[in-house]
This record gives sequence, structure tokens and C-alpha cells, in this order.
Amino acid sequence: RSSDLKHPAPKAKMVHWTAEEKAAIHSVWKQVDVEKDGQETLSRVLITYPWTQRYFSSFGDLSNAAAICNNPKVKAHGKKVLAALGGAAQHLDNIKSTLAHLSELHADTLHVDPENFKLLGQCLVIVLARKLGAAFTPEVHGAWEKFVAVSCAALSKHYN
Amino acid sequence: MTLTTADKALVVSIFGKVSSHKEAYGAEALFRLFSSFGQSKTYFSHFDLSQGSADLKRHGAKVLGALGEAASHLDNLDQALSKLSDLHAYNLRVDPANFQLLSHSIQVTLAAHFPADFTPEAQSAWDKFISAVSGVLTSKYR
Repeated sequence: RSSDLKHPAPKAKMVHWTAEEKAAIHSVWKQVDVEKDGQETLSRVLITYPWTQRYFSSFGDLSNAAAICNNPKVKAHGKKVLAALGGAAQHLDNIKSTLAHLSELHADTLHVDPENFKLLGQCLVIVLARKLGAAFTPEVHGAWEKFVAVSCAALSKHYN
Repeated sequence: MTLTTADKALVVSIFGKVSSHKEAYGAEALFRLFSSFGQSKTYFSHFDLSQGSADLKRHGAKVLGALGEAASHLDNLDQALSKLSDLHAYNLRVDPANFQLLSHSIQVTLAAHFPADFTPEAQSAWDKFISAVSGVLTSKYR
């Protein structure tokens, strides 16, 4: 029909971020210590949800909370994960493509259940709440829950 | 899933710090829940959901009060929560997914107010605790 020429198919919907959400994500990100907060985040995942240790059999001693919190491989990997999320935070309008290669990696090579991304996201939010206290207002918290959800969705894209 | 002696101690000790702030922290946990997970608001169309509202304070105190009851009866949750279990199964019928969202919101509230106490071990203990409570509250759903 002639109307199709005037109205081409719409592009895939982008995530809409309000100015406040972007500000909340960027201002908190500035305060993140990828090494320390990454270590704490991953440690909390492995401690609170011990079945997640299934992916880390090469990491050595994960036998108790102290071992996990002091494990150098956990520290290194936590830093890597948080740095990747930082990449997504710098590209809020492009999270899907920013995380696309990681989605492929986790699906096809690492064979990680995407449910685990949610667990890590929850622990990251708790780490931020501890770090920022009252400054982690419900509004700022909400922006981060959205960021975490969008990042999880992007990482899950390649699975089906 | 069972709570270890250490888990129980962590639940009781942190609840001790919460118990005199049930209204404030309960309201905060609920407001965080509604701010982050809009789907949970569908159960509260009759509430004033603005921050610090009387409805949120009253209901927040009720929720944390029930958790306090549970914390005092960790070896007998089924019996301690039996009435609440009936209420959720036959009356409220809140979709089970929401318990997880509220659990997380409560934990974020605890982490924000008690950063030193909410260690990874404490997080694990509270996650298990609220999960156990949620299990009892949904146990009669079908």
C-alpha cells in the first residue's frame, strides 16, 4: 500500500531513561570501586546462593564465607563483572549492543543460567545500599533496579 | 532449607535493632518495593502509596511485626504463621513472585541502615529466613 512507503517499520523500542534515572545511575557509578565492590558483590552471590558455586570449580577454596571473601580469583572475577556493568552504565542508550558479546559468551561458551544474572544484580544493589546508606534513596534505588533489569535482559538476549 | 544456629542468631540480633523502628523501616521497605517493582502496587489500589503515608507506616509495621513473630518462633514457623498463611491463601492471594521482591526490598532497607551488621552471612541468613516465612505464607495456595 502507498501508506507503507510513508511509514516504514518502526525501529525496535529503546529503553527510555528519564533524566533523573540517568543522573542517579551516573552519580552512583562515580562512587563505585570496581575492585572492592565487585569482590563484595560476587562474594555475596556465592555465599547467599551457594549453588552458584557450580560455575567456579576452578576457583579453589570456596568452602566458607571467609574463604570466599578472601579468594583472589573471586576478587579478580568480581572486578571483571562490575567493570562490564560499568560499560553498560556508560552506554545507557545502547545496553543491548554493549553487552551482546557477553550474552553470547555466557550462553554459548560459559553455559550460565541467566537466572544468575538476577542474583548478581540483587547483590550489587545490596552492596550499593550498604555503601551509600540514606543516599541510596528509593528513587536512586529504583533507577538501579531498572538498570540491573535492563542489563540482565541484554545478557539473556542470546539464549533463545 | 533449614536455618543454622548461626543464621538464627543473625536474624534475632538484627531484628533486635529493627524492632523499635518497625513503622519507619517497614514503610521504607514497602516504598522501595513499590518504587522499584510497579507490579506489586496492584495489590494496594486502596492505599495511599506516597512516601511516609499513614497507610505505608501502618502496613509496614504490620509486616515487620509478623517477621518479628516469626523470628521468635524460628523452630515452629508453620504454627506461628498459620493464620497469616490462611489469610494469604484464601483472601489476599498475592502472587508468590512478590514475596521475593519484598524480601529484597527489606534486605536493601536493612543494608542501608545497618551496613556494618548486614554482612554477607547476615544477608544469607535473612534471605533464608524471609524465604522460609514466604514458603509458609504460600503453603496453602493449592
